[in-house]
Amino acid sequence: MTTRIERRFAALKAEGRAALVTFTMSGDPDYATSLALAKALPKAGADLIELGMPFTDPMADGVAIQAAGLRALKGGQTLIKTLAMVREFRQDNDDTPIVLMGYYNPIYIYGVDKFLVDAKAAGVDGLIVVDLPPEEDVELCLPALKAGLNFIRLATPTTDDRRLPAVLNNTSGFVYYVSIAGITGSAAPDAGKVSAAVERIKRHTELPVAVGFGVRNAESARAIAAGADGVVVGSALIDVLRANLDAEGRPGPNMVKAVTALVADIAEGVRSARAL
Amino acid sequence: MTVQPLNSFRTGPDERGHFGIYGGRFVAETLMPNILELERAYTAAKADPAYQKEMDYHLKHFVGRPSPLYFAERLTQKFGGAKIYFKREDLNHTGAHKVNNVTGQIMLALRMGKKRIIAETGAGMHGVATATLCAKFGLPCVVYMGAVDVERQQPNVLRMKMLGAEVRPVTSGSHTLKDAMNEALRDWVTNVSDTFYCIGTVAGPHPYPAMVRDFQCVIGNETREQMQEAEGRLPDSLIACIGGGSNAMGLFHPFLDDRSVEIYGVEAAGHGVTTGLHAASIAGGRPGVLHGNRTYLLMDADGQITEAHSISAGLDYPGIGPEHAWLNDMGRVKFLSATDDEAVAAFQLCSQLEGIIPALEPAHALARVFDLAPKLPKDHLMVVNLSGRGDKDLDSVAQFLESKKKK
Repeated sequence: MTTRIERRFAALKAEGRAALVTFTMSGDPDYATSLALAKALPKAGADLIELGMPFTDPMADGVAIQAAGLRALKGGQTLIKTLAMVREFRQDNDDTPIVLMGYYNPIYIYGVDKFLVDAKAAGVDGLIVVDLPPEEDVELCLPALKAGLNFIRLATPTTDDRRLPAVLNNTSGFVYYVSIAGITGSAAPDAGKVSAAVERIKRHTELPVAVGFGVRNAESARAIAAGADGVVVGSALIDVLRANLDAEGRPGPNMVKAVTALVADIAEGVRSARAL
Repeated sequence: MTVQPLNSFRTGPDERGHFGIYGGRFVAETLMPNILELERAYTAAKADPAYQKEMDYHLKHFVGRPSPLYFAERLTQKFGGAKIYFKREDLNHTGAHKVNNVTGQIMLALRMGKKRIIAETGAGMHGVATATLCAKFGLPCVVYMGAVDVERQQPNVLRMKMLGAEVRPVTSGSHTLKDAMNEALRDWVTNVSDTFYCIGTVAGPHPYPAMVRDFQCVIGNETREQMQEAEGRLPDSLIACIGGGSNAMGLFHPFLDDRSVEIYGVEAAGHGVTTGLHAASIAGGRPGVLHGNRTYLLMDADGQITEAHSISAGLDYPGIGPEHAWLNDMGRVKFLSATDDEAVAAFQLCSQLEGIIPALEPAHALARVFDLAPKLPKDHLMVVNLSGRGDKDLDSVAQFLESKKKK
């Protein structure tokens, strides 16, 4: 049994290029707009889609994603609606992998077993839950793997060789390398250091390694893509989204177009990385 | 050896930091190596007599311990029941119990070679204590404080600045203590290698709840000796206010296995637990995961954390330490609550009858003492943790009374 995530990374490996992974917040600034955006992302060049599950207290996120989550919550987004959004997305897209990313409490309150059944049925392929390190694997990671979902773990610059095996154990789909010790939206990482870190992780695992944090444009994406299996971009997209909100926080007419234009640009960077 | 049903309430947490289902280490991967490093360093320090000796020295000569166990004679007379004693943590240097924990953590930071200290604060007492110890030991100090709290606790903001700390007002989320903790965690994620996060209460990821408790146990240990000296026996009941719950845990923990001692924790009921505007996570919350641990939390049906409401900035937090959550479920500690109105009335009464202006936080405990004490016999010995002094709250109380007059 393979998941959409595994199939997508295998196909891109055959193509000889890295994956572009986009992060947007479900329900930001409202359900309909974020669904329209999610539906437009694959055409713009996103190979995998990460959808944020908004949470009031996102302790590892910078201001852009914090604000995105609060906008979504203000717009009435809930975990139930996020799963509904995935179902709607799946009506006309059956092959783009979807990863839900967020914090544990809303899932815990939804009920872990019920959540896994509903997420799988909706068409979710993997989970990234920021505040569940390997020490808490019994909470969600092991049940998720059993339910046939990938559980994608974050590795960071502070994850040394001694700790890496613990982090990689029970990780599936891909490894998300957080390229800097910091919160989302922080300064760009040094590409040389990043590819060395990716090589270090690859000595411990066969899984693809996607790199996130600090990717803002085609140029930084290209530099990272040259030495990784995937590039994650999030805060930069959310900054464009925010710039297209009016004074009352409503989406402007060109919002989806503006965000997907940046995605297309970054996708070009990712696709040209290995050809250089 | 036969397996006994729980024969001690004092053995937690387990090696994974759990008190029953509560506690744990729910943090981002970036922080895990730090938390494991801290756990190793604390375990080593705890076993080192030199560390304990140095701490005892500072607690005696810098903090001014032991704090007195004071017989509150006029309050006792007024209520005509239980004999009321105050554990005078308000007399510590910096004016509250917070300094006990900070002394332990800063000395640990020094042992670990950390160069920079960060802290969160609500009422500002933990921030002041941290700024004080950082001044004493020459460490740069950044204190995160919700912008709302910066407004209502100005005297403490000025104190922290005078002591050389940088106070960063937090404008994310609800602008109070929980957001200050989020911001401190974000700082720690960003500055993992050189920074020590000095958490102010018995919450957060393991080992903080256990470590902060250990540092605060000096309160209960002294109380035990002092009551023995004053009355020749153990107290019959203990009572303390609870936000995160560090002053309460410090008083309670040494007595948990003395089954004759009744133990009461008092949460902040704000406008009333039924109004939704309160900070009583046991009375009005349910188990969830926030700030590194599982515990009782205030939240909505979607698992989103809701804002706490209390006149006391120090209790204005939507959670409670995980060991308290466990003690509640085990039935060892009984949790009560007091409203803003009740706390302010107790604040006034204590000031006028005892000549002690308590902080608004322990005034919540006093409010429940005032209805428990009259019903108890005259030989019942009750200890209230007077966890801090009330100078910082004079403006808040004056404004509160003024607004009541207008209604």
